[in-house]
Amino acid sequence: MSSDKPTLKQRYDRLMLRHGRIIVIGLPYLWLMLFFLIPFLIVLKISFATAEYAQPPYSALFTWIDEGVNITINFGNYLFLLSDSLYISAYLNSIRIAAISTVITLLIGYPMAYGIARAQGSLRSVLLMMVILPFWTSFLIRVYAWIGILDREGLINALLLNLGIISEPLIMRQTEFAVYIGIVYTYLPFMILPLYSTLEKMDVSLIEAALDLGCKPWKAFIKVTLPLSMPGILAGSLLVFIPSVGEFVIPELLGGPNTLMIGRTLWNEFFANRDWPIASSVAIAMLLFLVVPIMWFQHIQTKQEENGQ
Amino acid sequence: MTGKRSTFLLSALVFGFAFLYVPILLVIIYSFNEGKLVTVWTGFSFKWYVSLFSNDGMIDAAWNSLRIGVMSATLALAVGTPAGLVMSRFGRFKGRTLFSGMVAAPLVMPEVITGLSLLLLFVTLEQLIGWPAGRGVTTIVIAHTTFCAAYVAVVVQSRLAGMDTSVEEAAMDLGAKPAKIFFVITLPMILPALLAGWLLSFTLSLDDLVIASFVAGPGSTTLPMKVFSSVRLGVSPEINALATLIILAVSVMIVISSLLILRSERARSRSMNQAASES
Repeated sequence: MSSDKPTLKQRYDRLMLRHGRIIVIGLPYLWLMLFFLIPFLIVLKISFATAEYAQPPYSALFTWIDEGVNITINFGNYLFLLSDSLYISAYLNSIRIAAISTVITLLIGYPMAYGIARAQGSLRSVLLMMVILPFWTSFLIRVYAWIGILDREGLINALLLNLGIISEPLIMRQTEFAVYIGIVYTYLPFMILPLYSTLEKMDVSLIEAALDLGCKPWKAFIKVTLPLSMPGILAGSLLVFIPSVGEFVIPELLGGPNTLMIGRTLWNEFFANRDWPIASSVAIAMLLFLVVPIMWFQHIQTKQEENGQ
Repeated sequence: MTGKRSTFLLSALVFGFAFLYVPILLVIIYSFNEGKLVTVWTGFSFKWYVSLFSNDGMIDAAWNSLRIGVMSATLALAVGTPAGLVMSRFGRFKGRTLFSGMVAAPLVMPEVITGLSLLLLFVTLEQLIGWPAGRGVTTIVIAHTTFCAAYVAVVVQSRLAGMDTSVEEAAMDLGAKPAKIFFVITLPMILPALLAGWLLSFTLSLDDLVIASFVAGPGSTTLPMKVFSSVRLGVSPEINALATLIILAVSVMIVISSLLILRSERARSRSMNQAASES
């Protein structure tokens, strides 16, 4: 008998020689290639096409003429994006709104995650459940709930008017303020959960040691707790920031006509103007900006995964 | 010092949970309001529930959404479970970086991009091979399966990562075939994760507006699309009634599934203890 028993991983590796492993890897691999990766290449392709009144409404890049392929690439869509200030301001607005919302979410979420991580056993799981529960209820309905609260004829205005605090209804819906509320409200669980999981794993004795050595509580927080919870802060912030850059529903329902965000611009180009090539180039430009944060997010995920094992 | 700190944490928690729950509670309360205005309470009534159930367009859309949800969640399990298994148990292989990238990216990808890219894929495929002919329930199911599978993969992977491999190793030492080990040992152990993944996919599918709007065709209007078009015009008490029903259904589902998961965990740890005491 051999003394070095093969480990589980070696056994699985050996399986690679057989077909089982190939099927297990192959099925999700092919699915994601076909329905996730290849579609982006098609978006890239169509972003170089010209809009046409046809079915589908864009020109072909490759046409067969006699014995050759004729390639028509149109950079016009990108030049148009750069020349029209609407698109640039929509981009900058989206990034600004997403960044500010992420900071607000972090400021609300951090103390909550900290409080939950320090709660007693059974209370902790109840609180955690209460963070996850809204995530399961419809996103659309959670945004809708704020219409009734922030509207001109909404609950806050009714309350304040009845109390005599204001004499004219406040304009809260259809403002950027309402968009911040909407994003913070719907993405808060995404911030709390990664923060909680790093704070919960943290060794409390490190803080106790700092305090015993005469460190002030706020200083111990800044020097010990904050750096140790950095992976959670980054993961949570990226989970909030990346999707909110492309958010459509929240600015559409809570923002005003002037609240330009890039997701909304893309939607309008596609559904209202039926300009598929411009919509595609907006998508590619958004992706180019988001590639760095997305890869960063992935890097954090893999690192945590490796630490966990 | 601890007093001051815990007061701060306590008020942060109270404020945070109030922020999360008050809007939902208001929607529920006002679904029973007789009047049409959200701000004025005119009396208790079920009339919006009655008018909701006589709204044929809404019922059809709900039926579409439920069908799409069940199909997408089931397919997402079929695609996502092997993906999670590969991520946590297969070590390094060629193309692993691309693989984990494709699993993680759908979680954060803005929905407008996913929706547009899938629509363009379907249009291109139709031109090239004639499938899918037109858009409708099938295309929505494929789209939902793709992003739900990523969630299933993450849930399954985190469950497998926290799981002891000794039982699987023992079965291998005893000469069990990998497929048998998966179905007899690994699958029952990750069953709670599969249940959670299915439910998560089902609710995500039921909830999706943006991706479905891109890839839907005539006759495949889903519930969120219907809700969105009516909410755009302002608050409607019928939507409050619908929201209340959805919240009720979700809460019941969550309570039942967490009880089931708890019970299977207990049964598992009991049989583990028993096995340990017998050996």
